[in-house]
Amino acid sequence: MATEAKKALFEPLVSNNPIALQILGICSALAVTSQLSVALIMCLALTSVTALSNLSISLIRNHVPSSIRIIVQMTIIASLVIVVDQILKAYAFEVSKKLAVFVGLIITNCIVMGRAEAYAMKNGPWNSFLDGIGNGLGYSLILIIVAVVRELFGSGSLLGYQILTPVSEGGWYTPNGLMLLAPSAFIIIGLTIWAIRAFNPEQVEKPDFEMQNAHNAPAHGTGGSH
Amino acid sequence: MKTKYVKQGGFFHLPNDNIVKTIGVATLLCLVCSVIVSGTATLLKPTQIENKLLDKKSNILVVAGIDDASKSIDELFKQIETRLVDIRTGEYTDEVDVNTFDQRKASKDKEFRIDLSKQEDIASIGGISKYANVYLLREGDKVSKIILPIKGYGLWSTLYGFIALESDARTVSSITFYEHLETPGLGGEIDNKRWQASWDGKKITDDEGRPTLRLIKGGVSDSTPDAEYKVDGLAGATLTSNGVTNLIQFWMGEKAFGPYLERLRNGASQAAIELDSIDDKKTHVEFKSVVTPVMEQG
Repeated sequence: MATEAKKALFEPLVSNNPIALQILGICSALAVTSQLSVALIMCLALTSVTALSNLSISLIRNHVPSSIRIIVQMTIIASLVIVVDQILKAYAFEVSKKLAVFVGLIITNCIVMGRAEAYAMKNGPWNSFLDGIGNGLGYSLILIIVAVVRELFGSGSLLGYQILTPVSEGGWYTPNGLMLLAPSAFIIIGLTIWAIRAFNPEQVEKPDFEMQNAHNAPAHGTGGSH
Repeated sequence: MKTKYVKQGGFFHLPNDNIVKTIGVATLLCLVCSVIVSGTATLLKPTQIENKLLDKKSNILVVAGIDDASKSIDELFKQIETRLVDIRTGEYTDEVDVNTFDQRKASKDKEFRIDLSKQEDIASIGGISKYANVYLLREGDKVSKIILPIKGYGLWSTLYGFIALESDARTVSSITFYEHLETPGLGGEIDNKRWQASWDGKKITDDEGRPTLRLIKGGVSDSTPDAEYKVDGLAGATLTSNGVTNLIQFWMGEKAFGPYLERLRNGASQAAIELDSIDDKKTHVEFKSVVTPVMEQG
């Protein structure tokens, strides 16, 4: 595998993760992660949409007039999302009911659009396809981490199998209700980003400004470091 | 998938910012995308309809309280008797074949539709079909549960559901919603089993037969006055809750199932006799999908 292809596929997993580093696509990460099975389907849907949209946009990239390129990208992405939604409704009805509007919202997921604009418009079809898969997997990785934590501690189960028997069914585990609510996903994503950056300190951004020491600052704080 | 249009010379050699090329690319793209989208939608429609039908049946079974994992939905559904009621008189009708009758389609069909005036249309559905499906669960020769389809507008979408009444045609046995596009976590909580369970034992009408049941803000406990006519509204979903109140008031009211329920209440015994008399004609109706899957072609 050529180095560029390898880079396109593996870099988004940890070192350039779309959620953890670029902080894109957070909305669905909050919404669909209270159950692992639903999160998995969402990952699959997003990965295939990103890969296919990257592929088709890359194929026509030399013929896209720059004045309408965003609309062209949106049209392709929207069509692919509708196709995925239709397929889910036909073959995974129960899951598609749980995902409800969130499949449709893949259209507005910044990852898909971001990769189309940043990568597929400038690179060949094969590498763009791999880049789409890579970014989809990077998104999936975070979603799966969040969903495992939320389902395990929120409902005591994984993929629907009871692991920690909750008190309500005669066990010992008191489910953590917070885990079933969206804010818990924020907290888990935050902790994950912290963990990744603890291992990869180069991901830590430079602070936008630095606090001045109090005795160095002007007496009435006219300037500071704005 | 779009490279096949790339040829030497001509259109594709125009500079990208040329107006002809811009319009041409946009048109081609729209054509290709619309073919893909409509193609998928058409090919997959039969399977989707099948899924929806199965889902509807399983919802009827859930609301009827029938749950047996060892049997298929179709098999369990044989216990349910499907009948048609004429909304205007509240009597059973055999005018149309209950097997092929599609109430949702009929409510848009001129032949069956009854338009509702602004005052009548509290559930914001525009019009209803003059015939409506009812589903009866029998224990021995007595009807033990009456299951009625209900629908009405919530915040974003029409809510479709079923309500099951006890044999007194007044007490709620259970309720379920099977299709809606309300906000997940707020209005979408009408799917919540625990909330649906809070309907158990409520009374839909007062002693005079007027629909009284409503959703209220702020919780319902046994000490709430008239608690039997009140259900706890959904937190953070006032408009969806209002929609549910309206649809209950409408469907249990005189413009919809009111006359039918009235008849059942007034003469529970007469109704039983009449139901028996139609036993000979009674067929255990099965839903049939009008279309068969064409997945092989996909």
